[in-house]
Amino acid sequence: MVAAPGDNPDPIGAAAARQLADFARTLRDNGFRIGLGETRDALAILASPAATRTSSLKPALRSLLCATHSDWEKFDEIFEAFWRGRGMRRAQTLGGTAESAASRRRIADAGTSRAPSGLPDHVRRLEDNGDAAGGRGRREGASSAENIVAADLRHITDPDDIARANALAARLARSMRARLVRREQVRRRGRRLDLRRTIHRNVSHGGTPIDLAWRRRKIKPLRLVVLLDASGSMNLYTAFFVRFLHGVVDAFREAEAFVFHTRLAHVSASLRDRDVTRAVDRLGLMAQGIGGGTRIGDSLATFNRWHARRLINSRTAVMIVSDGYDTGEPERLGAEMRRLRQRCRRIIWLNPLIGWRDYSPQARGMRAALPYVDLFAPAHNLESLAALEPYLARI
Amino acid sequence: MTLTREAISDRLSATGYIADRDIATALWLMEFLKRPLLLEGEAGVGKTEVAKALAAVHEAELIRLQCYEGLDQHAALYEWNYQRQLLAIKTREGTGENADAIEEHIFSERYLLERPLLAAIRRQQPPVLLIDEVDRADEEFEAFLLELLSDFQVSIPELGTIRAVSIPRVLLTSNGTRELSDALRRRCLYHYVDFPDVDREARIILARLPGIDTGLAVQIARMVAAVRKEDLRKVPGVAETLDWAATLAGLQVHDLREEPEAVHETMICLIKTHEDRARLTREVTERLLGKVA
Repeated sequence: MVAAPGDNPDPIGAAAARQLADFARTLRDNGFRIGLGETRDALAILASPAATRTSSLKPALRSLLCATHSDWEKFDEIFEAFWRGRGMRRAQTLGGTAESAASRRRIADAGTSRAPSGLPDHVRRLEDNGDAAGGRGRREGASSAENIVAADLRHITDPDDIARANALAARLARSMRARLVRREQVRRRGRRLDLRRTIHRNVSHGGTPIDLAWRRRKIKPLRLVVLLDASGSMNLYTAFFVRFLHGVVDAFREAEAFVFHTRLAHVSASLRDRDVTRAVDRLGLMAQGIGGGTRIGDSLATFNRWHARRLINSRTAVMIVSDGYDTGEPERLGAEMRRLRQRCRRIIWLNPLIGWRDYSPQARGMRAALPYVDLFAPAHNLESLAALEPYLARI
Repeated sequence: MTLTREAISDRLSATGYIADRDIATALWLMEFLKRPLLLEGEAGVGKTEVAKALAAVHEAELIRLQCYEGLDQHAALYEWNYQRQLLAIKTREGTGENADAIEEHIFSERYLLERPLLAAIRRQQPPVLLIDEVDRADEEFEAFLLELLSDFQVSIPELGTIRAVSIPRVLLTSNGTRELSDALRRRCLYHYVDFPDVDREARIILARLPGIDTGLAVQIARMVAAVRKEDLRKVPGVAETLDWAATLAGLQVHDLREEPEAVHETMICLIKTHEDRARLTREVTERLLGKVA
């Protein structure tokens, strides 16, 4: 018999234990969920014969500390970097690749300043674009809620207004859910007799069925998957939509959120952070993105390949928030959209640019994707988002 | 008795399971830490085979629970044999026995139907419990499973608490049709089963089809690896490879390059949808063959 793991911590030194704790922290920084139990078992592994060789130590720790396929894929790289080079101490970005010192500083900044750091400075951009981009929303500084609702999201800068916009976003997300739930209860008819349970219940009556057991169809709630474009061309809107995502993930029992620019990142876990500011800061960081354009087609391909089967069922609505400026091949985007369409119930494409005057979907990517979109709607202000609600409730 | 990692590895190959390098470590770790092991991977990579091999390694019984949507405790854990209970009540009706005695009698072990989970914890020798495709079961069932896996005891209201006689070795598999809960993931060790590499797949073919030519087995493995890289909806699994290899062997093919026609015709063993079939045209087959040779 081998002693229960954890009973016998003495064979490994305190230094090794400290290193292991460091390693666990590095993994946590990379999105691994590691608790005390795992750390304790990891110590037990270090004290076991498996620790004598890397060829057995690495797979052992990997089995213990990984919980998902994405963990599994990242693990080797992190392990090598930590134990061999000890270089990549705080890697944390899209997909877990190393990131620059500059963005690490941004983490620090985001943590200390309570100001909504993710929001862009709109002023310069607005002047660049001139009035053509202004549309309906030149109402900065307006303080009534109604005005905020109508103001183009790019133009909301006052911290109070931002807070109000965020509250609205969260409320909107919740009200979408409320509608959906109510609708589901109206549908709860069509009951059937549960014969087995009826007999069981009536055994005490000598088998005479007095007390009947019914079975009702369990209707599962609608699931919402949101894919948010966080590329440079969207950056005036990203910060707001990140808040919206937080509201959605918080309010729906089954919601998943992804952010993409050149790659796709699953961000639901980060969004489940109760502390809105922290969650948004963390995401804002991811969402700031890297130059190099948007690869909507590739991101969708990743989604279809790795996430769609797990996350999408016949009751899933997929919401894509993007301006449709794709630097990849439009054919690719079209093909991936077709695949996605086959799997899910509805595809909703929100495009902030629709709110701009004279906009028509000219971007090649947008045109390739449109045939597969069930609802193509503007999303440049809160009013336009609120207009979506009845549609979502009808799905 | 706990086997060492090397012993597990040796026994795995002795049972005829062609293991990838790390699975032996994962199986050893299961023993060492007494945790269940969650196997994930695409359909057809051989997750269920791992459980069979593990049972063979420990010379233990394999108890399998196949999950599906709507699976509940009655199908997974235990159920009363209602028909026999009713019969027992009827036969005792005239005897004047008092109600308590009848009740005690009909809710006894004799009328209990063991389902896989209960069976697994009541064996003298620890069995291997395979909970297959756990992602198909509902979330409620997953929560129940989690409780069972941490306490290894169940309570049956009419009988009381039943504690595990022996702790089974638990393997869970998931195809990823639903996201599993964090709690379940954290409770388990994790191993991602990938498609075998060319060398391993060739060895699997040789092990399963002893009559086949070694050169052909390697060619088939390479070809399948190339097909998997194509953009297909249903990627062929190991079972498909074996079907295809058996077909080719049956057709007396000795070298894929010499019989591109037969290769193309028999590819239906690997391809499961119309769309994929349309994608793998004759030209594509030839291009792939060119790479393989």
